[in-house]
Amino acid sequence: MSMVKNKKNNIARVYLDNAATTPTAKEVLKAMTPYFFDVLGNPSALHFDGRRAKGALGLARQQVAKIINAESAEIIFCGSGTESDNLAILGAARLYKPKGAHLLTTNIEHHAVLHSVERLENKEGFKVSILGVEENGIINSKKIFANISPETILISVMYANNEIGTIQPIKKIGGLIKKWKQKNNRGPTEPPFFHTDACQAAGYLDLDVKKLGVDLMTLNGSKIYGPKGVGVLYVRRGISLEPLIFGGGQERGLRSGTENLAGIVGFAKALELAQKNRKKEISRLTILRDYFFKQILKNIPKTFINGDLKNRLPNNVNVSILDIEGEAMLLYLDEAGVSASTGSACDSSRLEPSHVILALGRPYEYAHGSLRFTLGKQTTKKEIDYTVKELKRVTEKLRKISPLNFKLGEEKLFCPSRIFVQGGRPHWERKKINKPAAVKP
Amino acid sequence: MKKVKKKINFKSDVMNQSTGQSWVYSDVVKDHFFNPQNLLLEDPEPGEYDAVGEVGSPACGDVMKMWVKVDKKSDKIKDLRWRTFGCGSAIAATSMFSAMVKEAGGMKINLALKIKPQDIMKRLGGLPERKIHCSVLADKAFRKAMNNYFRVSDQPQRIIALSGRIIDKRLNITDKDIEEAVLEGARNLVEVQRKLKVGVGDKAAIPELEQLIRFYVEKYYGKG
Repeated sequence: MSMVKNKKNNIARVYLDNAATTPTAKEVLKAMTPYFFDVLGNPSALHFDGRRAKGALGLARQQVAKIINAESAEIIFCGSGTESDNLAILGAARLYKPKGAHLLTTNIEHHAVLHSVERLENKEGFKVSILGVEENGIINSKKIFANISPETILISVMYANNEIGTIQPIKKIGGLIKKWKQKNNRGPTEPPFFHTDACQAAGYLDLDVKKLGVDLMTLNGSKIYGPKGVGVLYVRRGISLEPLIFGGGQERGLRSGTENLAGIVGFAKALELAQKNRKKEISRLTILRDYFFKQILKNIPKTFINGDLKNRLPNNVNVSILDIEGEAMLLYLDEAGVSASTGSACDSSRLEPSHVILALGRPYEYAHGSLRFTLGKQTTKKEIDYTVKELKRVTEKLRKISPLNFKLGEEKLFCPSRIFVQGGRPHWERKKINKPAAVKP
Repeated sequence: MKKVKKKINFKSDVMNQSTGQSWVYSDVVKDHFFNPQNLLLEDPEPGEYDAVGEVGSPACGDVMKMWVKVDKKSDKIKDLRWRTFGCGSAIAATSMFSAMVKEAGGMKINLALKIKPQDIMKRLGGLPERKIHCSVLADKAFRKAMNNYFRVSDQPQRIIALSGRIIDKRLNITDKDIEEAVLEGARNLVEVQRKLKVGVGDKAAIPELEQLIRFYVEKYYGKG
């Protein structure tokens, strides 16, 4: 499947936003179909139809468990990656609070994690340490180790970042946490526990939970050519969670509600395909990704790569293009038939630039001018050539419109604080700064 | 260019990926965004324009710069050129503003200074609410350019002062901050307070605050 022609407008569409979501694979849909029609029972029901549904559910659970080297009983199906992250963090934090109220995470996590810990900090009396990544977008595992305290009950570090694709040293962190626990006489069923969000990683990295040394792991269907609306939380045996949803007690009481059987079967199929094709896709996409980077840097001056180039998902290209703004680029590219995404403030509902690009220690200007292209199994070299050609045209046009002309190496000239109206801070930060003022009597 | 023009009527609103909310850019916005008018293409010769004005900051994501030629006899705008660093609505709003002041042989300066963000938005066929602040930079850049013109043409009495007045003494919040809060979407006292924590400490400021909020809400979002 190469460029899809849009008949009405005759524009070829190039879809380079696979980190946002992937199309559902045909094989996945085929695997799902019987569960909309033929297998019609509720897995909780005792009759034949119910038993058939229950059997299928069990099989899907087994399949997923096998792929990640876990047991069936350790797999919890839920509604999305976000829900899975929420259940892991809120669920573990609330249950283990008597043992300590400290949480540890990084500043490039998905909002599903960051907003959850923020909630716990603001409303439920937890202390949260958000550790900064290095300039290459990777967390130093020693920094995590150094910040574990006897009060720490949960450590959450994503496996691969959704914006810049950087792969975090999960195995190393898992090992260090184990070391800390041994030193402090903590058994495997005692906190701190280690959670990783592996949604972006699932298509490309090894998901063996034992090798990784994780206690909780989040997966979802919509990034691996599976159905949307299905998430998984791996919960290692011996760890309890406080549920977020109450009802019929499905999923070991951790996620009540009739199971989305078709979705779950589809997810299991998608994960199986993703892991089966992993090695082949990695080598194909790595070549394409590196070619893409090379072409951008060659054709478009004043461009920066965001995030480490080596420890990076094979499908992620993220660059900052100086002097122009991301949403404008995105819309021009869209008109040319290319779907990409940006970390610009203008593209976010809160008018804040990407916290991930800022976490790299880059100035705001880089975040506003950042573009993300995420390749997928349908991506071809021809599409990348077309995209680079259009990106070059769009950049030249927008640079003509722009009054800015920064030079490389002049980053220090960026953003003198006097330009901000109040307190030398941009508007999205001011809100945060104003917050403490309200709490004081 | 031709190729782009043909595609403008493509009826698909741009969606925000995280919220699924439509940007609802009108066709007029799209036209001005993809085919901006009165752009300054070549860097100007010294003295080619009578005035320059620049507002915004690259860190915040919007910078607008305007170059203006004035017909001194008639006090009309003879030419206005611009450059913008910013998103789709910022580019479209500046382009629309430039078209407005150049209509019918150029607007009188005093009339052009009366153009409000609301007027630009009306001509654009509306903007998504969160994007309104992008368009207000056009009139601010113009005001700055005109102040520059008044200064160099020895008409200091016409300069429009641009300074904030302190409303909440405890938190040092000025009317400019309140204006910004309204532009960021706050429509009433509770919402402005939530944004700025204004009036929490200085209860005496509340009546004036309410008055200011009404004024700015009317200014940017219209009556009712």
